[in-house]
Amino acid sequence: MSTTTTTIVNLPDQRTATLPKRHYLNNEDGLLSWLFTGDHKRIAILYLISITFFFFIGGAFAGLIRLELLTPQPDLMASDTYNKMFSMHGIVMVFLFLVPSVPATLGNFLIPIMLGAKDLAFPKINLLSWYLYVAGGLFTLAALVLGGVDTGWTFTTPLSTHYLNTNVVTAATGIFIAGFASIFTGLNFIVTIHRMRAPGMTWFRMPLFVWANYAASILMVLGTPVVAISLVLVALERTVGIGVFDPTKGGDPLLFQHLFWFYSHPAVYIMILPGMGVISEVISTFSRKRVFGYTAVAFSSVAIALFGFFVWEHHMFIMGVSNYSALVFSLLTMLVAVPSAIKIFNWAFTLQKGSITFETPMIYAFAFMGLFVIGGMTGVFLGALGMDIHLTETYFIVAHFHYVMVGGMLMAFLAGIHFWWPKMTGRMYPESFSKLSAVTSFIGFNLTFMPQFILGYLGMPRRYHVYPPEFQVLNVLSTAGATVLGVGFLLPLLYLGWSLKYGAIAGDNPWQATGLEWQIQSPPITENFTEIPIVDHEAYDYDWLAHKTEQEVTTVG
Amino acid sequence: MHISPVLWQFLVKWLNASALFPREASTIAPYTDALYFFLLVITVVGLILVGALVFGFSIRYRAERHPVAIQVEGSTLLEATWTIIPLALFLVCFVWGALLYFRIYTPPTNAMNVYIVGKQWMWKAEHPGGQHEINALHVPTGRPVQLTMISQDVFHSFSVPDFRVKREVIPGRYSTVWFEATEPGTYHIFCTQYCGTQHSGMIGEVTVLTPEDYKKWTQESTSGMSLAQNGERLFASMGCNACHSGSAAARGPNLAGVYGSKLTLTNGSQVLVNDAYLRDAILNPSQHITAGFAPIMPTYQGQVSEDGLIDLVEYIKTLDTNYRVQQTLTTSESNQVAPKTPGMVKP
Repeated sequence: MSTTTTTIVNLPDQRTATLPKRHYLNNEDGLLSWLFTGDHKRIAILYLISITFFFFIGGAFAGLIRLELLTPQPDLMASDTYNKMFSMHGIVMVFLFLVPSVPATLGNFLIPIMLGAKDLAFPKINLLSWYLYVAGGLFTLAALVLGGVDTGWTFTTPLSTHYLNTNVVTAATGIFIAGFASIFTGLNFIVTIHRMRAPGMTWFRMPLFVWANYAASILMVLGTPVVAISLVLVALERTVGIGVFDPTKGGDPLLFQHLFWFYSHPAVYIMILPGMGVISEVISTFSRKRVFGYTAVAFSSVAIALFGFFVWEHHMFIMGVSNYSALVFSLLTMLVAVPSAIKIFNWAFTLQKGSITFETPMIYAFAFMGLFVIGGMTGVFLGALGMDIHLTETYFIVAHFHYVMVGGMLMAFLAGIHFWWPKMTGRMYPESFSKLSAVTSFIGFNLTFMPQFILGYLGMPRRYHVYPPEFQVLNVLSTAGATVLGVGFLLPLLYLGWSLKYGAIAGDNPWQATGLEWQIQSPPITENFTEIPIVDHEAYDYDWLAHKTEQEVTTVG
Repeated sequence: MHISPVLWQFLVKWLNASALFPREASTIAPYTDALYFFLLVITVVGLILVGALVFGFSIRYRAERHPVAIQVEGSTLLEATWTIIPLALFLVCFVWGALLYFRIYTPPTNAMNVYIVGKQWMWKAEHPGGQHEINALHVPTGRPVQLTMISQDVFHSFSVPDFRVKREVIPGRYSTVWFEATEPGTYHIFCTQYCGTQHSGMIGEVTVLTPEDYKKWTQESTSGMSLAQNGERLFASMGCNACHSGSAAARGPNLAGVYGSKLTLTNGSQVLVNDAYLRDAILNPSQHITAGFAPIMPTYQGQVSEDGLIDLVEYIKTLDTNYRVQQTLTTSESNQVAPKTPGMVKP
């Protein structure tokens, strides 16, 4: 530890670094100690294992979909089976992977530590939310095993209420229950962020990751009940025929669309905002520089959460809504794009005058920025009223939301997992393999979804099992890309698993990052801190870090 | 490397048959494409800008070249720049998109009307002249065509990508879309809203004909009965004329000339009588009582198919005098009262 006067990244000497004797992973032993834990870090690990399981289930469906679309004819499966494939892919990926992905794993693990707290405000509710998530997941799996569901993830009425004979109620129950997991997580975060900040940790000293999760939590708490209500109404309509959405009973089928999208549009921000938080942390750390325009980035998260509630009708521009209400919603949609642009430019300018290194999380963050610009800008295509008419319900929209959800969120999730892996496990991931997987995913992703933009402009409708032969070349390209993408996603599973036993010992602060989580041992002790920290510096204060390290060196001698 | 000539030929054919950009086959298409290219340009420029910043800074400030970071707080000027410029661009997109939207969803008044009924999993097209088509639609070039569409079961969506038009087809209410085809040829019709098992089989073809060919086609393919004539038969068989006779003492309102007029209802509200109103008044009469009449009309929910409703609507549209109604009335009651009206010649 000789060159600590500068803020150059400096891995601790691997020969001398050792794993701490006591930490949250070995504090208690046995399965029960995990199943009854109140420790936010252990719950985060439980979540990580379960969402990874569902991610690969959802991914398997995606693989089968792409395989079927290799040829224009139906050859791999029947139409009903195909419809079940994309429905289950959507349901599993949205409700069981994307919504809980960053908040429930990284958020759970890090938010208390970043705030200087011992745990979340309600540890038992936190555990309950994991159980609810698992119960929701089991219901969804049951729907799958009992024969699947083919409503699409959007449960469009009256198709879902009167015309399908599959396990709609079972799947809806699964989502309903999993929704409460998300409400409880959001509630826990909001209370923790308001009440449990360490002395000196003012709102504007919080890391941007916390701000982003705070904004997402508000969306979870206010939005999720609405999707729960609309799914209950679907179930009631199916079972007892209450007729809320049935036009022959005086109901309005468009009402379902309003209710569903009132949640499901904000849900997009539930998914992406925590990812944006990860990117802020990663970019700052690997440029060794405070995030450019901290306040602008923090407030843009809040602005996205706020505007995000008032744009839902842009999913319904062609559905015969009033032309004038369409105008309002289009305008609001354009406004919600601005905070995202602000974030992108602030991240880019964080790099300026930094001292940049290119570890795997940074590569993922760069991939995120590129893909998110495309995903966000194609959102502007769809928000522009007249353009939406031609593009909506085609592969263009499929490509658009995959650019945001996979290109944006999943890349951010992987950036975060790699970034905090040393903190969570105490060991480093293998750098060369992980760089390879980041690049593979980036290439595979673009090859998969770029052709789908062209297909969409050509007019190929989404959710088509059979398609006209002139679309085949682009579909073949897309399937080829999906194969590469699959490899890119499988690699981390393998090498991260390997690193649990064979990875290099990480030490407390391998990235020389400033967050409170990096000032404690890796993996942390169950109580996180031996003494409650007193925060006397801004977030991303690299001078403070350099000063602190220097002092430590002199004290040790 | 040796590629077998058979495989090579297959590849060449395959690549040639594949499309990269849709045809522009309606008057709307060029407008949509113009906005599309504008959006593409700002996306590419934005992407290049962000890419240049990221790569530029990454090269200039990489740790080897720039070992010590210089802390900067931020800049209000820059923040304002990248708030205002994107906002301005997005507002341009908004205005442009809105203008296009109103262009696509405001049919010209001289448009010819065709009815579309969507059902799992087919499209039925009904021309007022009595041409019925399934998964096909014949239209002339150079004439605006308005589609009045309804679904018999679930949500569908009527999309013709080469025309750049699309509209949801909804159960229980009419939606409309219009286009003016410019190029004779055949174009895909897709159902773009997921509608169950055979969703991807709910496709069809628009055949665009020159005006002369179209005229020939209408003559050759009519069923002999116009929609209004079908509607008249339905009107009589359901006994609508018993109340809607047009006479002063009738229990139901006069229907002649009602289409396109403004009605005052018992609750005091004013409504414009259009296709949607007529359909709704047949199915849910109690909610649409014309001022001065008693709410005695029964509901016809579940008794008339969407096709039948279209026939009735077409019939009521064509009623400009009560002559036909009274004639129907007289015929249907001819068992009880012998017609004595002078001037009416019975065969």
